[in-house]
This record gives sequence, structure tokens and C-alpha cells, in this order.
Amino acid sequence: MSLASFLKSRLVPAELDEHINRIRKPIGSLGYDPWGYNNEAIKYGLSLTKQIYEKYFRVQAQGVENIPAEGPVLIIANHSGQLPIDGLLIGYALASREKDPRIPRAMIERFFPTVPWLGNLLNEVGAVLGDPVNCAKMLANNEAVIVFPEGIRGSGKLYHDRYQLKRFGNGFMHLAMKYKAPIVPVGVVGCEETIPAIANIKPLAKALGIPYAPVAMPVVLPAKVHLNFGAPMYFDDLEIPEEQVTERVEKVKAEISRLIDKGLSERKRLF
Amino acid sequence: MTEQRRPHILITGAAGALAQQVIEQLRDTCDLVAVDFREQVYLGDDIPSYCIDFNKRVFEDLFRRYQFDGVIHMGRIMSSQLTRMRRYNANVLGTQKLLDLSHKYGIKRVVVLSTFHVYGAVAYNPALIDESAPLKSAGLSADLIDSVELENLANIYLWRYPELNITILRPCNIVGPGVRNTISTLLASERAPVLAGFSPMMQFIHIDDMADAIVLAYKKPTRGVYNVAPQDWVAYQHALKLCGCKRIQVPSIPPMVPKMILGTLKLKSFPSYLMAFFKYPVVIDGRAFVKEFGFEPKRPLKEIFRFYRENKRPV
Repeated sequence: MSLASFLKSRLVPAELDEHINRIRKPIGSLGYDPWGYNNEAIKYGLSLTKQIYEKYFRVQAQGVENIPAEGPVLIIANHSGQLPIDGLLIGYALASREKDPRIPRAMIERFFPTVPWLGNLLNEVGAVLGDPVNCAKMLANNEAVIVFPEGIRGSGKLYHDRYQLKRFGNGFMHLAMKYKAPIVPVGVVGCEETIPAIANIKPLAKALGIPYAPVAMPVVLPAKVHLNFGAPMYFDDLEIPEEQVTERVEKVKAEISRLIDKGLSERKRLF
Repeated sequence: MTEQRRPHILITGAAGALAQQVIEQLRDTCDLVAVDFREQVYLGDDIPSYCIDFNKRVFEDLFRRYQFDGVIHMGRIMSSQLTRMRRYNANVLGTQKLLDLSHKYGIKRVVVLSTFHVYGAVAYNPALIDESAPLKSAGLSADLIDSVELENLANIYLWRYPELNITILRPCNIVGPGVRNTISTLLASERAPVLAGFSPMMQFIHIDDMADAIVLAYKKPTRGVYNVAPQDWVAYQHALKLCGCKRIQVPSIPPMVPKMILGTLKLKSFPSYLMAFFKYPVVIDGRAFVKEFGFEPKRPLKEIFRFYRENKRPV
């Protein structure tokens, strides 16, 4: 037995291996897709995430069955907590669901591809550079795509702004309309408490070429995370002025806000 | 007597392995004339072969003598060869001369071989780049300007002289037996440099498949620009592993460091101006070509890499 297959047998449970093989991704002969997703890497990724998801954040997910079993879909959520942990947990919730699991693709910040190792690693487990062309091509490929329309405005916000939604970009709505993709809103509660930041050192962030430099404890706190998936929202593809597109975006934002409130009321304690 | 005239085709870049594959495929049905500005190659008694500079006046004599119907232009000096100035003269001005003569002598079909390098490797590239994407390469490296300029010229002629029926092909990495480009040299070597922490997605097309693509394109006069790439992808470092190459890690951050190292070493197989292509992916979408020309690549990646694994040459 080679070292690689030995490690795999120890790290990746057989049922998970089979579970992922059951999800048939459109991949090439060596297990890759054009965005760098790798069928083997995802097995390690999910085995590790399983521990984080179940043991560390003890995620409680509700309504994950609202995500259609096939076809293009946009999963829209609030972004928080400095690191993209929320994307990871939403992705795992969908990939691990018993009935019709899917491996979603998360759109990530433009700065990640420039980071050695991390950039490739994220690509291998399905994350993709947050470019409208990428999102469009993936929807055309019938993928489930996770988008955080707040972008770094959401993930970089400080602790005293927690659970306040920042401005949503309109890009996701245009894509949803063009590709007739339903939108599944998600309210994430708990990630705000994982890395509470009290300040952002902008000059340092600028010097390092990163989106923000939070002043926070150098640990990820084990906050309990609640994920609430809403019912799919459908929008027609009529030619409408930008103002009306914004109105549609506000509708989605309001729904996410409602789901966050639901999560907050369900939450008994922070950890 | 109405004997049907065999098509007369001018093939440039005849010393290259790809051109020779194309010649093999066409020689039974067409009358070919081969030219190359590097060397004169012997291709058998039935194919006249010349070593000629397109910018010299005698080049026009070929058009007078052979009355070509079509041109397959594969004679692009690769970025790793000659100086920037000489490359510009050969690739840009030479191509212009070729297209001018093609127009003057009523050529009805022109296929120009370009490269996916014209898109340029940047961190923000989306995957599956299609033909209408901007060509960023010229802004990234002065050594790739001639490739972009060659395309621009061909594009201008494409619209100005529709009767030339110009088709521009932008293939991904062409590899396989006999190919002497940068990526093929790397895959064939015992040890290959990689930028630590970067393993961009790449696409490879077997030289025989590429020759098929060129012949297919020549036979159907649809004008336009097309990417040529199979629907299969692999990460660079994984490809090296499958080719049995030892990977030599070159420090990658800050970006100045690898640039300095490669600039000092001046490795022919890993030039500093192509560095970005080993860092960021340039994944092109070849589906338009497949659909339009009915192209079907036949050699899978595993077969390509097996060839390199079994045919190692010392570095």
C-alpha cells in the first residue's frame, strides 16, 4: 500500500469516499474541472470539515433541503467573521445532506489566488475566484454557487456591527435572472462570534496587500453556528431598469435578515 | 480536358514538428509548398521546400510561381527564440507581408496559428476564457507583444478582406513527440522548476490532435477566431508528477524574488516572462471550435504524460 492510499484510508472514511463519488461532478480524466476543483482533494477537505462542522462549531442547519437537487442555483448568505468559515460550513451542509447531496462552489475574494498554497487549496475544494464570468459559466454548467453579496464589507466588519447587513452588490441578481437560477437565501448566525474584531488597521492591510487587517485574538472561538436556509426565490428574466433590480436585491436581503433574526432567536447561548 | 486541380497550399514554419504533421495529412490530396525562415527542410521530392525571409522580395516569387489557393501560417517564432526585435520583424512584419501577398494573389483560405499566451496570465483570470476576452498579454510582458500584434494584424485583415477567409486558432499548450516549445521541454526534463505554492490549471493538446484541428479548420472556410483545447484540465505540478519530473521549488513571494532568480539564471525552459503562466491559470474554452468544425481530440492526457515519462532526456 502506498503512503497516499494509507493516509487516505486513515483520513477519509469509506462512506464519505463513496458519498462523494456518488455526486457526479463534471470533471476531466484526471479528476479536475476547469476551475481547479479536484475530486480527491475534496475528500480530504470534507473529512476535515466534518470534524469542524460537527464537533467545533456544532452547526445546526435547517432547511438545507430547500436547495434544488439539480440545475443552477445561487445560495446567497450574509458574510461575517474575518475568515470565510461561513462559506465552508454552508458548503459542507449541502455536500453532506443525505438526499441529493451537491458540492457547491463558493465565490471567493480576488486576493486569494495571489496567496501561495492557500489559493490552490481553496480551488481544489471548489472555491472559485469571485468573477462574474466564472459565476456565469458555472451556472451554465448547472452548479450550485455560494455568493456573499456583501463581499469584504461583510466579512471585515467589526464586532460592534455584528448582524447588520452591509450593502449588497447587484451582480448576483443579474446572473440569477439571466440563467434562471433560483436564489436560496441563508441566514448565518454564530460566525460573527468566531473571530470578534475590535478594529481594522487599514494602513497595515494596504501595506500587506490584503483586504483588511483586523485587531482580534489570534484564535477562532468555538461559537455555535446556526444556518437557516430559506425557501427558493424565483425571479423572471425581463429587461428591467437597475432600480428594479436593486428592489429585487432588497427583497433577498430582507429575507436573509429575517432568517438571521430567526437564528438569533433560536440561539440559546453564544458557545 | 477538365482535370480537377489539386489545391495548392503554402505552409509556413515547415521546420516545426506541427507543420510536418499537417504536411503529412495533406500531402496526398494537396500540392504543398513548405517555407521556413529558420532552415530548409527536406520533405520528399514532391514538396518544394524553401528557407526564406517573408520580408525579402523573392518571397513574392513563390506566389507567382505556385498560384496558391490557401495559406497555413504556422511560422511564428516562439517567445523563447531570437531577440525581441528580430521576432517582431519576423512575426509581425513578416505576417503582414504574407497577408498582403495573399490578398494580392487572390488566396481564398488562410489559417493562422496563434497561441493562448495572448490572453495573458493574471490572478484575476476567470476560467474557460472565450474568444472575445481582451488580450492582456501585451500589457504584462514586452516579450509577448509580437504574439498579440500578430493576432491584431490577422484580425484587421480578417475584417478588411473577408474574401481571404482568415481563421485564427489559439491553441492551449501543444505537446507531444517532436515539440520543442517551453512546456514540452519542461515535461521532458528530469527536473522542472515550479513556483512554490502555485500550481495553476493547464490544458494540453497532443500535436497530432492539433494537426487534425488545423486540417479541419483549413477544410471549412469559416472566418473567425477560435480557441483550440480539449475538455480536460490538470494542475501544472500534477502534470509534472505524471511525467516523472522532479519538482524544484522556486521561492514565489514576494513576486520580485522569482523574477530575480529566473532573470539571473536565464533558463531557456523557464523564462521569466512566462513566469506568470506557471503561477496563474489561463484556462481557455475550446467549445466554439469543437461545435463549428466538429473537432474531436483523440489523445487523452494520460497518454501524453506517459510519452514524456517514458522518453526522458537529460536536462
